[in-house]
Amino acid sequence: MNVKTAKKSDFQVVGKNEIKIDGRSLVIGKPKFTADIDLPETLIAKVLYSPHPHARILDIDTSRAEALAGVACVLTYKNTERIPYTTAGQGYPEPSPYDTVIFDNKVRFVGDRVAAVAAETEEIVRKALRLIKVQYQELQPVLSIDAAAASGAPIIHDEEDSAGIYDAERNIAANVDIDVGDTTRGFTQSDVVVERVCELQHVQHTPIEPHVCLSYFDTDDRLVIRTSTQVPFHVRRIVARLINVPIRDIRVIKPRIGGGFGVKQEILLEDICALLTLRTGRPVLLEYNRREEFVSSRIRHPMRVRVKLGAKKDGRLTTIEMEATSNTGAYGSHSLTVLSNVGSKTLPLYNKAENIHFYGNALYTTMPVAGAYRGYGATQGYFALETAIDELAEQLGIDPLTIRSRNHIRVNETSPIFEKLGEGREGVAQRMKSCELPRCITIGAQQIGWKEKRGTKVRRGSKVHGVGMAISMQGSGIPEIDMAAATIKMNEDGSFNLLVGATDLGTGSDTILAQIAAEVLGVPLSKIIVYSSDTDFTPFDTGAYASSTTYVSGKATEKAAQDVRTQILQVAGKMLEEDSTDLTIKGEQIIGHNGQTVSLAEIGHRVAYQVDQRQIIASASCVPAESPAPFMANFAEVAVDTETGEVEIVKYVAVVDCGSVINPHMAEGQVEGAIVNGIGYALHEEMIFNSRGSMRNPSLFDYKIPGAADIPPLEVILVDSYEPTGPMGAKSVGEIGINGPIPAIANAIYDAVGVRLRVTPFTPQRVLAAMGKLPD
Amino acid sequence: MTEKENTMMMRIELIVNCIRKTFSISPTETLLSLLRRAGYKGVKQGCGSGDCGACAVLVDSRAVNACLTMAAKADGRQVTTIEGLAEINRLHPLQQAFLDEGAVQCGYCTPGMIIAAAGLLMRNSNPTETEVKEAIAGNLCRCTGYIKPVNAIMRAAQSLREKEEDECKNR
Ligand code: FES
Ligand code: FES
Repeated sequence: MNVKTAKKSDFQVVGKNEIKIDGRSLVIGKPKFTADIDLPETLIAKVLYSPHPHARILDIDTSRAEALAGVACVLTYKNTERIPYTTAGQGYPEPSPYDTVIFDNKVRFVGDRVAAVAAETEEIVRKALRLIKVQYQELQPVLSIDAAAASGAPIIHDEEDSAGIYDAERNIAANVDIDVGDTTRGFTQSDVVVERVCELQHVQHTPIEPHVCLSYFDTDDRLVIRTSTQVPFHVRRIVARLINVPIRDIRVIKPRIGGGFGVKQEILLEDICALLTLRTGRPVLLEYNRREEFVSSRIRHPMRVRVKLGAKKDGRLTTIEMEATSNTGAYGSHSLTVLSNVGSKTLPLYNKAENIHFYGNALYTTMPVAGAYRGYGATQGYFALETAIDELAEQLGIDPLTIRSRNHIRVNETSPIFEKLGEGREGVAQRMKSCELPRCITIGAQQIGWKEKRGTKVRRGSKVHGVGMAISMQGSGIPEIDMAAATIKMNEDGSFNLLVGATDLGTGSDTILAQIAAEVLGVPLSKIIVYSSDTDFTPFDTGAYASSTTYVSGKATEKAAQDVRTQILQVAGKMLEEDSTDLTIKGEQIIGHNGQTVSLAEIGHRVAYQVDQRQIIASASCVPAESPAPFMANFAEVAVDTETGEVEIVKYVAVVDCGSVINPHMAEGQVEGAIVNGIGYALHEEMIFNSRGSMRNPSLFDYKIPGAADIPPLEVILVDSYEPTGPMGAKSVGEIGINGPIPAIANAIYDAVGVRLRVTPFTPQRVLAAMGKLPD
Repeated sequence: MTEKENTMMMRIELIVNCIRKTFSISPTETLLSLLRRAGYKGVKQGCGSGDCGACAVLVDSRAVNACLTMAAKADGRQVTTIEGLAEINRLHPLQQAFLDEGAVQCGYCTPGMIIAAAGLLMRNSNPTETEVKEAIAGNLCRCTGYIKPVNAIMRAAQSLREKEEDECKNR
């Protein structure tokens, strides 16, 4: 189908700062979120958690809880079916091990599920939870990756019925090992070799809305699960199996959700909530409080990443070896795929290296469970890679910009990694069809004042300034795995319903998809009515993860809109007595060659009531053949206080190639939010644990995330770019922003005070210790 | 509610969004719990411990965290929630500015942030950027990175000042 919409300069709706379509109802406080509706007779549910990091449950006595007036249902391992699954909301079959059951007779971290209670009021639930008597036999905890890998370490997953664990006896949830060329020879033939090890801490997503789920039987007696999820269709599939109800009998609704960042790509509450509704016949509300969100939801995989680089004197990289050891916690959710992405999303960036070895393990520990988190392994990988590149540049006496420019991937180039390493299996070969990274680097260097500032170590009082930079890439969806579909139906007044399974988790994807549809259909945004993420009423979509929505769901929307457009033009052609292929739609009018026009509303009326009566409607799907990478150059200027060790970000410049920009405000917002999140990750966010693996700071007071008063001057620049395979030329923008802050800041700290920080976060103490001003 | 609390129910009167209402509450109920129970779902809960600002409401034009405020203590006061900020068919300049500047992502922090900003603009119609940042320092947002919300509040402050000037001139 040849449609004249792809020329960027002609865009009417795409590329404009259209106001978020759900924005108005959000700013006036409409009840749009999961917990914002009241259903009569709703039961309140809560979960009882393990106080032990590792223990076997010898017995549970729930009799006193069950006898309490107002308690409707108590669930434990004794009265729930044992069905191994993964909580990871991924495509089927999931690449994560099936190492979880709804309730087990073994607990594997402080905060693991033990039982659930539904009762008339929260007060009664709390009382009932206290009345449950659990007899534990404590087992030896495993609180670090070193303890997990030690010989004779306790086996965390000793159950018989798990499947897909790489090596349960050695606590290895997942393993990756790929080779390109010959790294041994590569290092011998290199003039310089740099080898570094970095470690990244425990951090949590902290969406401001914690996980929440409301399940009930609707007026048709169908089981409805209204939930804060990024993956409604995966929720339906996984819950159906766990609670033994056919998929057709479950409807999952994703209302507005209060942020996800990956943590809501996980089936955490829905199974319990639905089961309680099934057992009681009543609506059940199950919400995490902030403490539970920290401890019992999901976190980012803490990691140790070792990078070894080999290069020639002129700065050409010949060899990269990368080893990642990931702490997946008590369960292996996303363990294989996050581990894979440490390499697959970083190594192609330096495609000039001919010899590559990437390998590593994801290890079980008796710690909170890791899962998907914006950046998804790439963030961890870039810390190690981009700081090592900086050191290599220094050893070679080459400017950090130059060494990157000499080695990074460019348009029409490829990397063997694309094919070797995908999402937990082999990947898909691809060539870059768009890459504006050179321009990103040039612009960023100008904006930060790289030439003037680098290496000058300007001192103001006790503070020394420095600049550092890092580059990164990400992907756009998972090629040959993700699938998204869209349906567009025309109304008699010339408006359109756009139905998408795509999950707007606050990113604005409903608006983005509507802008794409409006552009193709030649109408203003107000004529597109979006309904998204309801398994009964919208077509399938794998969900909002892997930076997929704009690219994959956007493509499906674009295709559906093109089909509807063709149908419209056929009708118009008849009405205008012209060849329909030559017609264009502009300003809601179809314009013929002789200047005659017919409006969309006229066409809508005609097919609804008059001639050639039929519904103008189309559905389209997209399974992406590739995953074009967005690119980004990050520049940070820091001032390091040599007395207190405090790192202040003086200025941060981010220059991004995300293809053509569908909505500048929203794309900038993605990058700004990700950078600020990344700065928190770099400087202060950290989950702290006591010697029994219990989190000591599970509140937003003690675990500080950046607030408005903490943000540095931040400049985000979106460069002009066009990805030929993307909808309207777009690529992804959701995740890439979080990859840069850690290495860019680390490199800036080095420029300022000459110390390399290899463990996050870069707290004043660590900075002082690195400077030799504190006992380590 | 426990039985004991039940027997200790008390009545309070609030003027919520300009409407006088009486409520039966337990002495320990928070304003957040009361408001959400009464249908003001624009008041959000993000922590329940005063650390996120999602539950902010105006009590007599001062922004407070409703999760830390006892409903009983608000007896007789004016309470403004996000639902009460707009006039029919006309958004409050803060709400409009949040839309125009692209300051809303998931929107979960937005009601609290707009309320905190409204509290600021009531006492200071010409705030500096630093004052704006301080006023919303307790309103955590994980989505936006605060750049656009701060821009939106600055813009709203300006449009409010212009509106006032216009009104003065017309008088
Ligand atoms: S819910 Fe009140 S401050 Fe977080
Ligand atoms: S917009 Fe999502 S938390 Fe602020």
